[in-house]
Amino acid sequence: MQHYSFLSLARNALTNHQNWQAAWRSPPLKDRYDVIIIGAGGHGLATAYYLAKNHGVTNVAVLEKGWLGGGNVARNTVTIRSNYMRDESIPFYVKTVSLYDGLTKDLNYNLMYSKRSMIDVVQTYPKLREIRRRMLHMDLYGATYEPIDVAELRRRIPSLTGGGPGSRLPVIAGMVHTDAAVCRHDAVAWGYARAADDHGVEMHQNTEVRELLRDANGAICGVETNRGTVRADKVAVVVSGHTTTLTETVGLRLPLKTFNLTAFVSEPVKPLIDVVVNCPDIGVYLSQSDKGELVIGGAPDPGQSFRRDIKQNVFEDAVCAMLELFPAFRRLKLMRQWGGSLDMAHDASPIVSTTDIPGLFVSAGWWGGFKAIPAGGFTLAHLIANDEPHPLIAPFGLDRFNHLDFILESGTTIAR
Amino acid sequence: MLLLTCPFCGPRDESEFAHGGYARKQRPDNPQMMSDDAWVDYLTVPDNPMGPVREKWWHVRGCGTYFTVERDTRTHDITDEGESHAS
Repeated sequence: MQHYSFLSLARNALTNHQNWQAAWRSPPLKDRYDVIIIGAGGHGLATAYYLAKNHGVTNVAVLEKGWLGGGNVARNTVTIRSNYMRDESIPFYVKTVSLYDGLTKDLNYNLMYSKRSMIDVVQTYPKLREIRRRMLHMDLYGATYEPIDVAELRRRIPSLTGGGPGSRLPVIAGMVHTDAAVCRHDAVAWGYARAADDHGVEMHQNTEVRELLRDANGAICGVETNRGTVRADKVAVVVSGHTTTLTETVGLRLPLKTFNLTAFVSEPVKPLIDVVVNCPDIGVYLSQSDKGELVIGGAPDPGQSFRRDIKQNVFEDAVCAMLELFPAFRRLKLMRQWGGSLDMAHDASPIVSTTDIPGLFVSAGWWGGFKAIPAGGFTLAHLIANDEPHPLIAPFGLDRFNHLDFILESGTTIAR
Repeated sequence: MLLLTCPFCGPRDESEFAHGGYARKQRPDNPQMMSDDAWVDYLTVPDNPMGPVREKWWHVRGCGTYFTVERDTRTHDITDEGESHAS
């Protein structure tokens, strides 16, 4: 792998940037691998990277029906944080934040990682109680959550001029999560892809898996793609919203529903907000990108959906909510919008698990999965290599549903 | 945005409605008599088709009727206007 550095940049500048190596190879598709990972998104590529790096499993193919990093890793709001509720969840997300902290160096790829606090703007007492309860939980695991008063909140977010005492929902407090960060989403996919490729992992784009294949004993033996049959004894389904579409080809039903979650960006403006602002009571969150655009997200569409578009009423709800607190933003033009298919488990926690079908692994239920990419890949790789879950992900197996042993995380983001 | 047909009020804009959740199958009469697998399946595993799904809507900013429709998850077409759950 060509090492990226200031020196390599200077050297290539001398040759007019004509001699850079491709970031990853495009080898021919073999008919057999040790491990097939379906989905070259953040989680799939991270899994491939950690399989090769931590476990020495390098005969791996990542199959992607579209282009690399074109799914939900390109369709999110790049927020990285660890303010969750449950004893099982918080250590996992603390791990993911710590992996992100060192990822630019680990991958030798500039993620434009920007540590910035997330501030919850609290407007109702029930939410304040819920969030203080989360604060006490998070204290146990080393994640930060600190209450601030309204004057301090308005000092840190000067453009938050709405929500005064006479408004429908006056701002009553703030909660600061200093571990939060944002980064460049494409760089996460490309950085993992480049580093995985360096370890010998193959990525195959435009290779759509149509069906999972089982052998006579019922174990997984490969996949049927638009480019022919590819065999492997271990197959991991890491395809977000289309998880059930694939697993149902071998009769495996999963406790997942697919939703459409949307976001949109404004025109670029000068530096205005240097934190991630989250407004759980009215249902909107936003941050400002390096380009100056405000990145704004709201709630998912009501009901299951495989559409990756934005519904006018969902969009209007988010904009109206934002304007209640940030009335000055009414003059901003909005430039782009997008939606992504995400799957949500029955208890709103992720599933990283073996299945009833030997050799078949699933990593699903990652609504808000961008933040979880490093630890999700790290733990899934451990599970695939050892057939034993990593302790951080052990509570998130499918068997929790058999025992009705739910890890309820509903309500810990706007997105549900 | 959907145009939902309330059984009482007729076709109305989606913004008048709240989503009432996935329309489950009939609750089993005797869960104690079922296998654990079947009970867990009923409780936790929804249909998640790329196609028609049955769901409830509540005309909360209208007459208050709950009703079930069948909607295609790929197109948002209402494929069956369903029936009301008038109490």
